[in-house]
Amino acid sequence: MSIAPTSTIQIIPRSRRGVELMLLVIATAVSVAAYVSIGLAVQGNVPASTGYYAAGIGLLALIAHLALRYRAPYADPVILPCAVLLNGLGVAMIHRVDLGLKAAAEAAGREPRGPAAPQQITWTAVGIILFLVVILVVRDHRRLQALTYTAGLAGLVLLVLPLVPGLGVDINGARIWIRALGMSFQPGEFAKLCLVVFFAGYLVVKRDVLTLAGHRFLGLDLPRARDLGPILIAWGVSLGVLIFEKDLGSSLLFFGLFLFLLYVATERAGWLIIGGLLFAGGAYVASQLFGHVQKRVADWLNPFNEVGGQVANGLFGQAWGGVLGRGLGQGRPELLQFYAQSDFIISSFGEELGLTGLIAIILIYTLIVERGLRTALGCRDVFGKLLATGLAMSFALQVFVIVGGVTGLIPLTGLATPFMALGGTSLVANWAIIALLLRISDQARRPQTPAAPVSDDTIAMAVQKQ
Amino acid sequence: MNSAIRRLAVAAIILMLALMANSTYLQAFRADELNGRNDNRRVRDAQFSVNRGPILIGSTPIAQSKPSKDRFEYQRSYQLGPEYAPVTGYYSYLYGRSGIELNQNSQLNGSDPSLAFRRVVDVITNRRQQGASVGLTLNAKAQLAAYRGLAGKKGAVVAIEPKTGKILALVSRPSYNPNELASHDLEKTGAAWKKLNADKNKPLTNRAIKELYPPGSTFKLVTAAAALSSGRYTPETKVRSPAVLELPQTTVGLPNQNGRNCGGSDNATLTVALRESCNSAFGSVGLDLGAEALREQAEKFGFGERQLPDLGAVASRFPADPNAPQVAQSAIGQFDVQATPLQMAMVAAGIANGGDVMKPYLVQTVRTADLKTISETKPESLHQAVSSEVATQLTQMMVDVVENGTGRPARINGVQVAGKTGTAQTAPDRPPFAWFTSFAPANDPQVAVAVMIEDANVPRTDIAGGTLAAPIAKDVMEAVMGR
Repeated sequence: MSIAPTSTIQIIPRSRRGVELMLLVIATAVSVAAYVSIGLAVQGNVPASTGYYAAGIGLLALIAHLALRYRAPYADPVILPCAVLLNGLGVAMIHRVDLGLKAAAEAAGREPRGPAAPQQITWTAVGIILFLVVILVVRDHRRLQALTYTAGLAGLVLLVLPLVPGLGVDINGARIWIRALGMSFQPGEFAKLCLVVFFAGYLVVKRDVLTLAGHRFLGLDLPRARDLGPILIAWGVSLGVLIFEKDLGSSLLFFGLFLFLLYVATERAGWLIIGGLLFAGGAYVASQLFGHVQKRVADWLNPFNEVGGQVANGLFGQAWGGVLGRGLGQGRPELLQFYAQSDFIISSFGEELGLTGLIAIILIYTLIVERGLRTALGCRDVFGKLLATGLAMSFALQVFVIVGGVTGLIPLTGLATPFMALGGTSLVANWAIIALLLRISDQARRPQTPAAPVSDDTIAMAVQKQ
Repeated sequence: MNSAIRRLAVAAIILMLALMANSTYLQAFRADELNGRNDNRRVRDAQFSVNRGPILIGSTPIAQSKPSKDRFEYQRSYQLGPEYAPVTGYYSYLYGRSGIELNQNSQLNGSDPSLAFRRVVDVITNRRQQGASVGLTLNAKAQLAAYRGLAGKKGAVVAIEPKTGKILALVSRPSYNPNELASHDLEKTGAAWKKLNADKNKPLTNRAIKELYPPGSTFKLVTAAAALSSGRYTPETKVRSPAVLELPQTTVGLPNQNGRNCGGSDNATLTVALRESCNSAFGSVGLDLGAEALREQAEKFGFGERQLPDLGAVASRFPADPNAPQVAQSAIGQFDVQATPLQMAMVAAGIANGGDVMKPYLVQTVRTADLKTISETKPESLHQAVSSEVATQLTQMMVDVVENGTGRPARINGVQVAGKTGTAQTAPDRPPFAWFTSFAPANDPQVAVAVMIEDANVPRTDIAGGTLAAPIAKDVMEAVMGR
């Protein structure tokens, strides 16, 4: 073959789907290895269900991969394998705790509870379906901007849903669940997604006025008093969540996300300082007024005061795991009951995979966050930038809050560990978030000249906004 | 906008680094502390599943772990449980450990650094971790004699090999059955624990080494030692010994037990004073010597120091700053003189060993499961309490006590026994403590023993160290000497 002479250097964007496929194979293999290792340690053989598990995880990953090949070929190749790996490891650990709880129940002569791992696989499938829907239906993330206020309203409705009498239920003192059609949902997980869309869309429109108007004070550009409205509203809503739903984690998450996006939109550190002060004030007042906040703080400062306390038990598990861990299937995570699969799944990993495994897991989360922020950097439209930043930072904040709580860095709040913790709503919502991130990254990494025709109204919208 | 996003990216990394740093602190640096906590179920369960090493007397286990079919792999069991309970202690899931089980825990469960190499070998050869065995210095016959002697009584016996400091017997009664606390049936152990703690006779109390009692007249050995060591007294020195010694600064006197003067004389010799255990004589000697001399002598015998740290013994004490009448009372082992039976056995052992008090010990050897010795205790001198001449003089005086005085019930055919009785008064409403401390044979001591009886359920008038405690001491000495 002869090489055609070229006069200009042409950058050929690469889709990297092959890399993604290879990484997906690795992620699946690691998950299956974990599953087999658990079977060997607990039951002494390779579990008969290994084939189903491997096929399930592998097939779901493959479907997601094919959807990207088909509709988002330039999407970031690392994000999906990271999510698959976390999801797969999570199911393996849930299975492991299932076995532990079953053995404990049998030893105590109780009827064991049904296993949770199959549910989680089902929910993974639902999550992948939503992933496909987002990838296939949302052809351009900029269309979501038109839904700014709809998303805001939906987010608020989802947020207050658990407070509706007869619908919401109290679990462990927090009122963040609803029960309907015989199933439990945590609407806050989707509220988070809706609110990020709303924040991004709102800030695209308001960023100029929030940026330009203001006066300098002590070297800081402070906003005008009347522009403080949105931040005060966000503050009020997050305080409402804290007070009425007793959910410290979500409260911190919502407010933090809004603050981060505000900062990115305006590039003014003054907002962060005002927000930080508002948060500190709110947290202080809440800790003075509300017993549930006080209890969390007290448990954090003195985890061993409460006999058999969850936090203490989680810390014991991680200490027992030490640097290298007891080995998958060889710890005692079931001592935390089913919390070992949900809020405290990180401490289960810390016990069985040790510090080494825990750091690896945190690094995988970090990779998703940084890849998400990289997407935001590369994105060409303001809305996409804000949206990607919001989605990526929602991961960062959520991981920080829950892992920090379980490992004793900060007071414990009941947030789900993304992709790993047992829980359908959270898993499905996280798959939607990953899909959106990939959708934006496809846009960001795509060649400058549109590779695919963009519909007229999208261009019109883009022109209108710029 | 991009610069703000970049800053957020840095912020996100800082958040994640904080998580990793905290986990590192927790799992790498704080792990030992957390794993050592008593309320840590994982560690407790794991230790309950370890093949814990036995506690041995010679080659006979008095505590050992046997395979178990329930949720823990081994069950700790105690042969002759109550007899050895003050030594072995218990190993309980709910209530932790005590005794040797507590103090030799890392050896018994195999986690001690000295066993690190063994552990590595076990891992490589895929053997289950097995703890080391702890061999004790106890003499099974002496222990049994002491345990039987205290049947139905509240009290304690400690026997020591004078030349080495080996503990030959250590008994406290009433005792408890450590098997009840080691059971894997946690409801049963809970009930047993409640019952033991509610028992007014306090069976969990280790009277031999962890409780302090007024030593009474057995302390006169210390006073006599101080007197002879001062150079101003010999066994034949005459001391003031009226029926009641008038005490300075007070209107009450110090009366002799029998209300008479000492052996028919108001100026008996020191030998006669010890033989008849005259309070007035030793009170006046104490006043003459002063509190400092008495304290120094007591400390040379081991007062003021904790012995047997393995078992968490308490230190005996001589009062801090007694006035003159208090000095006189202290000289006869009253006022605020407080001693453990172990301490009084050490006094006898020190005199028996030519004045050289040996450091008492209970753990003879620690061996791995394949009998490789990890550590072996060597005898160690604690203090030269008195010169060998003074020790000889004291020995002769003590032989006189047994042959002609209050210690007659301890006589053994064909063996010279040296001893001293004691009857310590405490509150008027409770019985006095009966003491006897002795050693034998006097010319070549093999065993020194102290017996303390707190309550023997006998009429108050019958309580005297000679009649109650001396026969037990005799049995223990005979057991050691193989008679």
